[in-house]
Amino acid sequence: MDETKKKEQASTHKIGIYLWIWGLLFVLSFFSYMVDWYQFQGLLRWSLILIFMFLKAGLIMAFFMHLFWERYALVNVLLWPMTAIACFIFLMVAEFEYTVFTRLFYFVVGGQ
Amino acid sequence: MSDPKIEGYVFKPGFKGMAQDTGSDQTMFKGVHWGKAMMWIFLLSDTFIFSCFLISYMKGRGSTLIEWPNPSEVFALDAFGVPVPLLLIAIMTFVLITSSGTMALAVKYGYEKNRKMCGWLVLATALGGLTFVGMQAFEWSKLIHEGVRPWENPFGAPQFGSFFFMITGFHGTHVSIGVIFLFIYAYKVFAGHYDEEKRGWFTTMKGNYVEIEILGLYWHFVDLVWVFIFAFFYLW
Repeated sequence: MDETKKKEQASTHKIGIYLWIWGLLFVLSFFSYMVDWYQFQGLLRWSLILIFMFLKAGLIMAFFMHLFWERYALVNVLLWPMTAIACFIFLMVAEFEYTVFTRLFYFVVGGQ
Repeated sequence: MSDPKIEGYVFKPGFKGMAQDTGSDQTMFKGVHWGKAMMWIFLLSDTFIFSCFLISYMKGRGSTLIEWPNPSEVFALDAFGVPVPLLLIAIMTFVLITSSGTMALAVKYGYEKNRKMCGWLVLATALGGLTFVGMQAFEWSKLIHEGVRPWENPFGAPQFGSFFFMITGFHGTHVSIGVIFLFIYAYKVFAGHYDEEKRGWFTTMKGNYVEIEILGLYWHFVDLVWVFIFAFFYLW
């Protein structure tokens, strides 16, 4: 009897960890709203937005979606494809810079 | 949970377990409920869809020569006569995080076979999602009244409307589908389908509280996507 009870409790986590993560998510969301409230501009704004975004996404994935406790096979299958997205972002940054260049060159300067 | 097809399989943690799991000429993710593995694969493909939307938004916003509308003014809301920037969006974010937390607790109580707590928490999650969709409908109608269309808007670059409706609309669709399933699963939990191992409508497999975890994965993913939309579309 005791052994089966122990086994059942092994598959679940203490309520404290969920409440902590929940609270942290609220605090981080509040911080990211404050970024807009105080109208930070430029590099400070972008870096703060990205830091809070990745922290929130990481907490949700690691603890709410249980990835922190999952087997490595699943974690690797999920996270390696993200490098393809990172590549795509770099490609499209080059692409929009080129588009802006051609628009400025032909629309504003007149191609001369 | 153990997979009856794989005899004598003992799960090992770390990279050793990963090599064993992927390279033994057998099923991958041994012992994992197939629905959970498939939900993760689906979420991975959905990640790519949302990434493509956000990357095309980045490309559109980066390549226009006309000034982009300032989101903290476009999405400002009057509270007691004072315009508060992003007020509705901030409330929507908090509502979605609240519902994500109740879902995480529902999964926990589901595994502890606490039927009542699990049911109430799934129901609370559904109501949170419903509130979110309602506020999004309000936001859409407000912007449409102000003249925002997919091809033009009074604030600046005309691409703004098409990206806004596409990205938030696709996310809102995900939330709406999630809400429908949350209500169905709340009923199933309260009715005791998982305690009695009752079979579902389209399957011969026995019901199990792991289905609540699968639903939870989907719901947390919807919250996860909102984190990125909030950062890139509303704050940037």
